[in-house]
Amino acid sequence: MAGASELGTGPGAAGGDGDDSLYPIAVLIDELRNEDVQLRLNSIKKLSTIALALGVERTRSELLPFLTDTIYDEDEVLLALAEQLGNFTGLVGGPDFAHCLLPPLENLATVEETVVRDKAVESLRQISQEHTPVALEAYFVPLVKRLASGDWFTSRTSACGLFSVCYPRASNAVKAEIRQQFRSLCSDDTPMVRRAAASKLGEFAKVLELDSVKSEIVPLFTSLASDEQDSVRLLAVEACVSIAQLLSQDDLETLVMPTLRQAAEDKSWRVRYMVADRFSELQKAMGPKITLNDLIPAFQNLLKDCEAEVRAAAAHKVKELGENLPIEDRETIIMNQILPYIKELVSDTNQHVKSALASVIMGLSTILGKENTIEHLLPLFLAQLKDECPDVRLNIISNLDCVNEVIGIRQLSQSLLPAIVELAEDAKWRVRLAIIEYMPLLAGQLGVEFFDEKLNSLCMAWLVDHVYAIREAATNNLMKLVQKFGTEWAQNTIVPKVLVMANDPNYLHRMTTLFCINALSEACGQEITTKQMLPIVLKMAGDQVANVRFNVAKSLQKIGPILDTNALQGEVKPVLQKLGQDEDMDVKYFAQEAISVLALA
Amino acid sequence: MSSAPTTPPSVDKVDGFSRKSVRKARQKRSQSSSQFRSQGKPIELTPLPLLKDVPSSEQPELFLKKLQQCCVIFDFMDTLSDLKMKEYKRSTLNELVDYITISRGCLTEQTYPEVVRMVSCNIFRTLPPSDSNEFDPEEDEPTLEASWPHLQLVYEFFIRFLESQEFQPSIAKKYIDQKFVLQLLELFDSEDPRERDYLKTVLHRIYGKFLGLRAFIRKQINNIFLRFVYETEHFNGVAELLEILGSIINGFALPLKAEHKQFLVKVLIPLHTVRSLSLFHAQLAYCIVQFLEKDPSLTEPVIRGLIKFWPKTCSQKEVMFLGELEEILDVIEPSQFVKIQEPLFKQIAKCVSSPHFQVAERALYYWNNEYIMSLIEENSNVILPIMFSSLYRISKEHWNPAIVALVYNVLKAFMEMNSTMFDELTATYKSDRQREKKKEKEREELWKKLEDLELKRGLRRDGIIPT
Repeated sequence: MAGASELGTGPGAAGGDGDDSLYPIAVLIDELRNEDVQLRLNSIKKLSTIALALGVERTRSELLPFLTDTIYDEDEVLLALAEQLGNFTGLVGGPDFAHCLLPPLENLATVEETVVRDKAVESLRQISQEHTPVALEAYFVPLVKRLASGDWFTSRTSACGLFSVCYPRASNAVKAEIRQQFRSLCSDDTPMVRRAAASKLGEFAKVLELDSVKSEIVPLFTSLASDEQDSVRLLAVEACVSIAQLLSQDDLETLVMPTLRQAAEDKSWRVRYMVADRFSELQKAMGPKITLNDLIPAFQNLLKDCEAEVRAAAAHKVKELGENLPIEDRETIIMNQILPYIKELVSDTNQHVKSALASVIMGLSTILGKENTIEHLLPLFLAQLKDECPDVRLNIISNLDCVNEVIGIRQLSQSLLPAIVELAEDAKWRVRLAIIEYMPLLAGQLGVEFFDEKLNSLCMAWLVDHVYAIREAATNNLMKLVQKFGTEWAQNTIVPKVLVMANDPNYLHRMTTLFCINALSEACGQEITTKQMLPIVLKMAGDQVANVRFNVAKSLQKIGPILDTNALQGEVKPVLQKLGQDEDMDVKYFAQEAISVLALA
Repeated sequence: MSSAPTTPPSVDKVDGFSRKSVRKARQKRSQSSSQFRSQGKPIELTPLPLLKDVPSSEQPELFLKKLQQCCVIFDFMDTLSDLKMKEYKRSTLNELVDYITISRGCLTEQTYPEVVRMVSCNIFRTLPPSDSNEFDPEEDEPTLEASWPHLQLVYEFFIRFLESQEFQPSIAKKYIDQKFVLQLLELFDSEDPRERDYLKTVLHRIYGKFLGLRAFIRKQINNIFLRFVYETEHFNGVAELLEILGSIINGFALPLKAEHKQFLVKVLIPLHTVRSLSLFHAQLAYCIVQFLEKDPSLTEPVIRGLIKFWPKTCSQKEVMFLGELEEILDVIEPSQFVKIQEPLFKQIAKCVSSPHFQVAERALYYWNNEYIMSLIEENSNVILPIMFSSLYRISKEHWNPAIVALVYNVLKAFMEMNSTMFDELTATYKSDRQREKKKEKEREELWKKLEDLELKRGLRRDGIIPT
């Protein structure tokens, strides 16, 4: 009982003062049976509390049998139960009794709903670690065997996830049995089970002895990789990464590569997609020699695959591929073997392919260096900046910093401007929103002169956009610009334009003035705020639209702390007091809130 | 340099302003399998004479040759290539369709492998990725198969072949085997409804003629459905497969095998949980009712299953469930009704009190169904107490006047049915509510005590309160 008393839930703690027997199990079980699912769910989520009230012995002898036998419930309740039981070892008396938790979890591991089953397996994996080696063989391994030979596919699927946790601590005889069972699940006649086995193949390989990996895992890998269902084959590609990490270069060449080559040319695009998607991991696991001889040619094929899906996945990996190459050969390989394909992709027919490429292509400039970038990559950037699809242009603009480091942004600025202007006026507001978010970055890189000349008017135009999200983003953008360019710049360029809008006939624009003041006041400091902004805000307190008036109250609350006491008492207070008597209840509310926050009462 | 470039949200997908119905103005999309592309070279076929132009002794050989020619696949995404040859293959396929329909003695043993090879070459292909990853079959136009001008004729030909009077399953089974069927079933995922329609007929014929494949076909359909429900939620041909199953179930012998019952409970019932239920609900409900007509003792597990998977947030699905339940109640046996009435009417009581008026209305329509009314009347002593408090409350609180009116009718019906009990329930309504509230309070107290206990234990464990 050492473990149990450590946790303070042993008999000494449970039985002594008698308050634990206050709750007959029936009352508690009634709670778990409540007609209302929500209440039942709440009870299950507090199962540990119930167990605590019962004490370890009664939890073992009464609660767990109840949970094992009588729970037939909604999946949501079962999910909560499966999760709870994973952390229950202390509540049943510590590691010596961990095996008591196996029966209910075994039942949960056989239900249909995948989420529940996966959670039960997760809990079983957790509990397996708490078993002693003896208990593991006496209780846990038999459970895995029962699941692995269950009638319905669900239990066999669950078993797949349990082999790897019991294998390392089992005796040799048991190990052989476990391997045998895993083998048979890999050729199960239900595809669901084969998929489960394939997805655990890599994890299982990692805990096996190297000999068994070569003699047993590799053949399983080969057969799963040529399964009749592509959903199984593609999972074998995932396992390939883990298996490859375990083998020597020579073994890789003979044992794994034939299968991987085949996967890269599979007739199903899903499998090829998987190869493209896992390319970086495969590249690392296979090492530089195989990469050069085999993977690069395979990658070239993926870049010109007939399915756009595959091309896009491959295009995404272009930068990582370069980064993972040996430093000395990088430039040559990319220039000679990859760049020609990239050039093709710039004018791909599919926009997802182009936008995937645009999201990483700038990263190649650091690998290729200044001259190559100017000569070979720059034309591609420029072409993508003119692409018809806004996603492509945005992806280029959002990664400008990579190029800036290598060749400086000036090279691009002439092409950049039309691209930015066009995105700024795009019909889709999310495109406009995205480009606004890059403005501070662009402004920093292009410098204040270029900005004033070319981009300032755009930033002001966004303030009167018809979509609120754009006006809001434009407001924040101004604040960031002021932080970058300083208060003097703000005073000369931005503040006058913002304040003019206070007289706009459209009340939404008048409100934008207030929102801008909220955002800018802090960055602009006390003087500008008091002298230029405050008078405008105060004037707007007489606006005929209530929304403007209560936003005046909010603005005053916001800029109040920046003002000095004179301005607060002399100018702000009377206006707020007047607003506090407004006929509109919202105006009243916000005015009063401002008064109390600013302590003007 | 940032190593993880931020990708802005994909513009096409999320823009709230472009509605799907507006986007629809685009031209119809079409696609074709990956295998056809990038062949490059033009295809040459040597024109053969027409079958009717040669003596009948030479026809069998010419027929084989034509079948072989039709194994050549053209790229239909490239609308300009091989125009002449595409037209030639089309007319040849047409000729083959006519030939196999009209001619006698054309199905010699040698023709079977060639026919199956030609059909396999043409129809079996990896389906391409769906164009929009959020393809909504209810709103979006399906992507049509580009090679349909040929594909349609191949399907047409294959169906005539299977339906031919000379067709001998005992020979064909060597070629139309499990692997063939498996590939056929995968094609049901095609986005093109025309293709799925042909596939339905083909599979139905194969199921009818190849007794040895029946169990296999059922098992594979099982697997497709289970994957659809528990793994992907995506498969275009569910409605078509269910339609075939509907007629298969119709032919099941009694007593039902355990396999079939398992299919009902473990596959058909869980199909109700899928998001896109509306696309195949009619076919699914038909299958369920077929089962219940075969074996009424399955009523209880079916209704319990529906209650277990009752939609929690989706009102449209709830309406569908209520519709299906009514179909079931239409054929329910009174002895089965008694077994299930309690959980059933607890669910109906919840639906009746739904704030969504369509759900409430659909449930209240049950009281217009004469058969259901007679069942309720017979068991009013059980059902009335379950329904009463919900009805009573809605009659006072529901926002929708039409619902309130319907509820009044139902209450009136109950009053006429069992006036003694009705009066009793009305009289005790208030005290019942109070009792419930009291119970609720007791629950809260219980949990509070339990939590205090836990807290105390925790403190004791941490050594703050000495034991």
